[in-house]
Amino acid sequence: MTNESNSQPVIEARQLDLTFETNDGPVHALKDVDLTVEKGDFVSFIGPSGCGKTTFLRCIAALEAPTGGTLSVNGMTPDEARRQRAYGYVFQAAGLYPWRTIAKNIKLPLEIMGYSREKQQERVKSVLELVDLEGFGEKFPWQLSGGMQQRASIARALAFDADILLMDEPFGALDEIVRDHLNEQLLALWARTGKTIGFVTHSIPEAVYLSTRIVVMSPRPGRITDVIESPLPSERPLDIRDSPEFIEVAHRVREGLRAGHSYDE
Amino acid sequence: MILVVFALVLWALGWWLNARLAAGPQADTRAVQLLVPVIFGLTIVAVWELLVRGLNVPLVILPAPSVIAARFADSLTTLWADFVQTILKGALSGYVIGCSAAFLTAIAVDRSEFLRMGLLPVGNFVAALPIVGTAPILVMWFGFDWQSKSAVVVVMVFFPMLVNTVAGLRETTAMQRDLMETYAATYWQSFFKLRLPAAMPFIFNGLKISTTLALIGAIVAEFFGSPIVGVGFRISTSVGQLALDMVWAEIVVAALAGTLFYGAVAAIERAVTFWHPSQRK
Amino acid sequence: MKSVLAVLTVVAALVALWYAACVPMNIKGVLTEAERAGAEVEPASPRERREASAFGLVAKNGFAIPATWAQERPRLPAPHQVVIELWDTTVAQNITSKRSLVYHGWVTLSATLMGFVIGTGLGILLAVGIVHSRVMDMSVMPWAIVSQTIPIIALAPMIIVVLYSIGIQGIIPKAVISAYLSFFPVVVGMVKGLRSPDAMQLDLLRTYNASQSQGFWKLRLPASMPYLFASLKIGIAASLVGAIVGELPTGAVAGLGARLLAGSYYGQTVQIWSALFAAAILAASLVALLGLMERKVLKRMGMA
Repeated sequence: MTNESNSQPVIEARQLDLTFETNDGPVHALKDVDLTVEKGDFVSFIGPSGCGKTTFLRCIAALEAPTGGTLSVNGMTPDEARRQRAYGYVFQAAGLYPWRTIAKNIKLPLEIMGYSREKQQERVKSVLELVDLEGFGEKFPWQLSGGMQQRASIARALAFDADILLMDEPFGALDEIVRDHLNEQLLALWARTGKTIGFVTHSIPEAVYLSTRIVVMSPRPGRITDVIESPLPSERPLDIRDSPEFIEVAHRVREGLRAGHSYDE
Repeated sequence: MILVVFALVLWALGWWLNARLAAGPQADTRAVQLLVPVIFGLTIVAVWELLVRGLNVPLVILPAPSVIAARFADSLTTLWADFVQTILKGALSGYVIGCSAAFLTAIAVDRSEFLRMGLLPVGNFVAALPIVGTAPILVMWFGFDWQSKSAVVVVMVFFPMLVNTVAGLRETTAMQRDLMETYAATYWQSFFKLRLPAAMPFIFNGLKISTTLALIGAIVAEFFGSPIVGVGFRISTSVGQLALDMVWAEIVVAALAGTLFYGAVAAIERAVTFWHPSQRK
Repeated sequence: MKSVLAVLTVVAALVALWYAACVPMNIKGVLTEAERAGAEVEPASPRERREASAFGLVAKNGFAIPATWAQERPRLPAPHQVVIELWDTTVAQNITSKRSLVYHGWVTLSATLMGFVIGTGLGILLAVGIVHSRVMDMSVMPWAIVSQTIPIIALAPMIIVVLYSIGIQGIIPKAVISAYLSFFPVVVGMVKGLRSPDAMQLDLLRTYNASQSQGFWKLRLPASMPYLFASLKIGIAASLVGAIVGELPTGAVAGLGARLLAGSYYGQTVQIWSALFAAAILAASLVALLGLMERKVLKRMGMA
C-alpha cells in the first residue's frame, strides 16, 4: 500500500515558481520546485519559516496560484482537483465553527457537497471513531480541549473521503505530550486508510517519525534542498525515536536545514 | 421637616444595607446581584416621595412617585393608545423595515469590494449625524400620522444596522474562508454556512442599538407634528399644560417599552449566538 | 487611494440619486406653478394631475424637469439649492445676524459643549467611584446600563419647562439635557475602560505593593483611554442631538433646532435642509476633532 507507484503520480511539480509582488519588491516564495508524490506516500515538508513549505501546500490545494512551472494533482490542475474535492485540508488551528456541534462541523463539507442525510450520519459516525471521538458528537467545539478540537478537524477533512490529506502544521499549537499521542494516531490512521498525506511541520522529530519521505526546504528563495527517503519500517512505535536509524535520519534532516541556511547568517 | 429627616435616614439605611450585602459572603450570587440594584432603586423612589412631600415641591416642578403612579393607573386607556400609536405603529414598523432594508443592502454591498470600501466610511459618517433632524422633512412628506414616524425610524436605524452587518459579514478569518475554498463551496453556501452565522453577534449589536434609536426617532418625530395621540404628542402637550404627572407617566411607558424591546432582542440574541464567547456560561 | 475613489463614487452616486429624486418629488408643484405662469401642461386639469403618478407626469412634461431643481419651496430641494442656502446664511451673512447659520450654530454648539463637559466630567467621576466601590458598582451600574436602552431624550421638553418655571432659561436647560445624554455612555464606557487591564497586569502591580491610587494613575487610567475616546464620540453626538431637541418645545428663536422648527412651520424646506446639513457638519466636525485628539493622545501614549 505504501510506496507502490502503479500509474500516474498523485502530485507532480515541475519547475514551480511563485513570486509575490510586495511594496518592497518581489518575494520569491517558491523557486524551481520539482517534486513527485506517489499514491500512499506520507511526505513531510520541513524548513524554517519563509521557506515556502506552507505556500507549496497551498499551491497544491489551489489556494495560491503559481506564477511559473507546472503542477498537477491526480493528473489535473490543482483547481480542477479542488472542484472535484480531491483533498482534505487540515489547518494549523482547528477552525471549527463555534455555532455547530462537533458532529455538525464534520457534516459541513458533506452538506456542501450534497451528501444525503443518511450518508452524512454514517460518515460522521465512522470518522468520529477513526479519530477516537465517539460520544463527543453533540458537544460544541469550545467544550473540548485543543487536542480534541484538532482531532475533530482531522475527522472533518477525512469525512468526504478524499484520497489526499494536506496538513499544515496541524499540531503546531499543541503541547508535546498531546502531540506525540496525535502523531501516533495519525500514523495508525494513515496505515488504515492508505491516503496520500502532505504534512507541513517545523519539528524534525515529528517529520522523521511520520514520513516516508522528508522534503527539506530553505528560504530566500523558497526551494527544496534535499529529499530524504526514510529507511524506517512502516510499523513505528513511539520509542523508535531512540533507535540509531531514527537519529541518523534526523541528523541528515538537520544537516540539510543547516546547509540551506548557511549563506544566510 | 420630619419627612426630610426621614428621607435622609432612609437613604443612609438603604446604602448601609447595600454595603452590607455587597461586602457580604453572598455578594456573588445572582439573587444578591439582583437585590442590590432593586434596593437602590426603591430607596431612590422612597426618598423622592418623602422629599417632595416634606419640602412641598409643587407639582409643576416634580410630582411625587405616588402621584405619578396614580396618574398612570387612571390613564391606562390613554397610555395604551399612545403606546400603540408610537411604539407599535411608529417605532416597530420602522424598525422592521429599516433593519431589513439595511440587512439586504449589506448583503448586496458585501459582494463588491469597491462598494464596501466606499459605503462603509459614508455609513459610519452618517451613523454619527443627528439624523433625528430629518423628522420635520419626513413629517412634511408622509403626513402627521404614524407613517412619518415610521419613516424617521427607518432613516435612523438604517445606517447603524448597515455598518454593523457589513462589518459582521467580514468577520471571518482567512482560515475559515480557505476551508470553504477547499470544499469548492459556492458563494451562497459559504454565505449561509459561514459568513451569516459568524456575522450574527454584529447583526444583533446593530439590532440592539437600533431598538433605542427607534424609540427616540418615533417620539421626537411627534414633536414636529402628530395626530392627537402618541407618547411624544402627549409629552409635549402635557408639558404645555404643566401636567407633569402625565409627562412622567408617559416617560414610564417609554422606559418600559425601551427595556422590554431591548430585552426581547437580547433574549433572541442569547438563543442565536449562544456559542459566542460573550454569551457562554 | 482606491478607497478615496470608492468613497467619492458612492457620494457621487448619492448626489445623483438625490437630483433624480427631486424630479418626481417636485413635479406636481412645478406644473402648478407653470400653469399659473401660462404654460401648457399635460393633463391640464389640476384634479387629474393630483391623481396622476409623479413618474407619468414627468414623462408627459419633460420641459418641466429643470424647474424641479429650482423651485422656491420645493418638497425636496436640489443639492445645489441647499449648498447655496448654506453659503448665503454663513459666509454671506454677518455672523451676529439672526439670519446667519453661524449664529444659530453657535447657540446650539455652546449648549452642546457646556453640557458635554459637565456630562463627561460627572460620568468619569462616577465611573471612578464604581470601579473602586463595590456597593456603587452593584447599585448604580445596572441602572446605568438600563438607561442606555430607554429613550431618555423624552425627558427633554419637561426639563426645559421645569427649569423655566423656577426661573432658569437660556443655555442652561439645553446644557442639562446635553449633559445627561452624554453622561450615561461615558459612565458605561469608562467603567469598561478602567476595568480593561487584565489580571496579569494587576498582579504585576501587586508584586510591587502599589497603592490603589498608584494603580489608578499608572495602569487603569492610561488603559481606559481608548474606551474613553470611543464613548466621548458617542457622547458628543448625543449631546448635540440633546441640544437640538431641547430647542424644540419652547419655541426657541435661536439655534439649529429652532431653525428646523421654524422651517417646518413655514414650509421653508430649503431652510430645514440647510439647518440639517449645518447640524450634520457640526456633528461631523466635533466627532472628527475628538478623533484627532484620540490619535494624538494614543500616539503619545504609544497605543496607536
